[in-house]
Amino acid sequence: MKAAPFEYHAPQTLDEALHLLATLEDAKLLAGGQSMMPMMNMRFLQPENVIDINRTEGLSYIREDAAARMLRIGAMTRQKALMASEAVARACPMAPRALAHVGHFQTRSRGTIGGSLCHLDPAAELPLVMLLHDAVLTVRSQEGSREVPMAEWALAYMLPSLAPEEILVEIAVPLAPGWSGAGFVEFTRRHGDFAIASAGCLLALDGDGVIRRAAVGLGGVAQTPVRVPEAEAALVGARPGEGAFATAAAAASKVEALSDSYFSAGYRQRLAGVLVRRALTEAAAEAAP
Amino acid sequence: MNQTRKISLTVNGSPVEAEVPVRLHLADFLRGQLGLTGTHVGCEHGVCGACSLIVDGEAVRSCLMLAVQADGARVETVEGLSPPEGPLHPLQDAFAEAHGLQCGYCTPGMLMSLKVYLEAHPDAGEAELREALSGNICRCTGYQPIIAAALAAAERMRAGRAG
Repeated sequence: MKAAPFEYHAPQTLDEALHLLATLEDAKLLAGGQSMMPMMNMRFLQPENVIDINRTEGLSYIREDAAARMLRIGAMTRQKALMASEAVARACPMAPRALAHVGHFQTRSRGTIGGSLCHLDPAAELPLVMLLHDAVLTVRSQEGSREVPMAEWALAYMLPSLAPEEILVEIAVPLAPGWSGAGFVEFTRRHGDFAIASAGCLLALDGDGVIRRAAVGLGGVAQTPVRVPEAEAALVGARPGEGAFATAAAAASKVEALSDSYFSAGYRQRLAGVLVRRALTEAAAEAAP
Repeated sequence: MNQTRKISLTVNGSPVEAEVPVRLHLADFLRGQLGLTGTHVGCEHGVCGACSLIVDGEAVRSCLMLAVQADGARVETVEGLSPPEGPLHPLQDAFAEAHGLQCGYCTPGMLMSLKVYLEAHPDAGEAELREALSGNICRCTGYQPIIAAALAAAERMRAGRAG
């Protein structure tokens, strides 16, 4: 199908974009378009105004901020650029692993990190990656800017903490997170499909090989991407291995799960446990000295 | 409310100027306004890959990009893959020889995707090619001959570079 008629705006500057967003009725921002264009073509979405920020200056960058010890990523940075960046791989070891599952190379060339975080599909990989890496998001409006920790970004199913007049401009993650190993496992029927479930795990070991810190998260399982604090608590202080991983997997399989006409909540919970165990095994293999 | 905008771009090396409705996607612009019907429109929501082509050197879904967004861009379609009088591009030769197509509907998207992918990954093996083509759906071939064609083309493109 074809998109319904709309008025098109292509602001050159962020100020112009914020002004348009604050003054136009029923306006929608167009980032990479890899989720929004399908929704418009299928007429699930028929905005009166489309504000295309692909030519808006200053929204696409990857910058190491040594003073703040943060890696700063502009919201319009393409997924392909993230995947190719060594700085991103250093600060965000989960990112290159997960990005290989984000659509296909022909969609990653246009798709952006900010678009994915704002669309907030529960099965999307980038929100899970940013949740695992404790990202801090900066949103701007004409009134000013505010920072939102990724843990507070998802308010509900596909609903980010973003007011209609606000734009997500930057995503920042700690520059040296100190993880020893990362694992990401996704379950789909075909490569590049939406995840039925995905799991990401990060482990930091101390000098004796004991788990000092852990991050365990699930995508596609709940209404939003989630961390599993019970699994993380079960891992800290333990040695990587089947015992600790089984406890963490059991905690992951208790997360309240989505049910739809294809996959039941019980199936997703079962997958959550299996995928967390696999992701932990992958992370531990990388962490092993 | 049928807003239009003027755009200028190059398509297969030739400059093009046009006035386009802002809601028109790039694939429909190429097909409807320029008569370049080699780019096929399948699902129109980014899943099937039939409309894949090249914008500023990147493989993209042309159903997920508005024509106005291609203003100033360099667009390559399957019509530009080889000169009309020949010879065919190594990818086209390989697809013909390996029977990498039956109905041909997915073929332009396959060819343009592979052109970008193989130029960036000249040594890609079967596993990488299967992953690269996971976003291009074919309902006829079962994919085996497409992969065979892609591998054969990769070899010829490498030889072409060396020579």
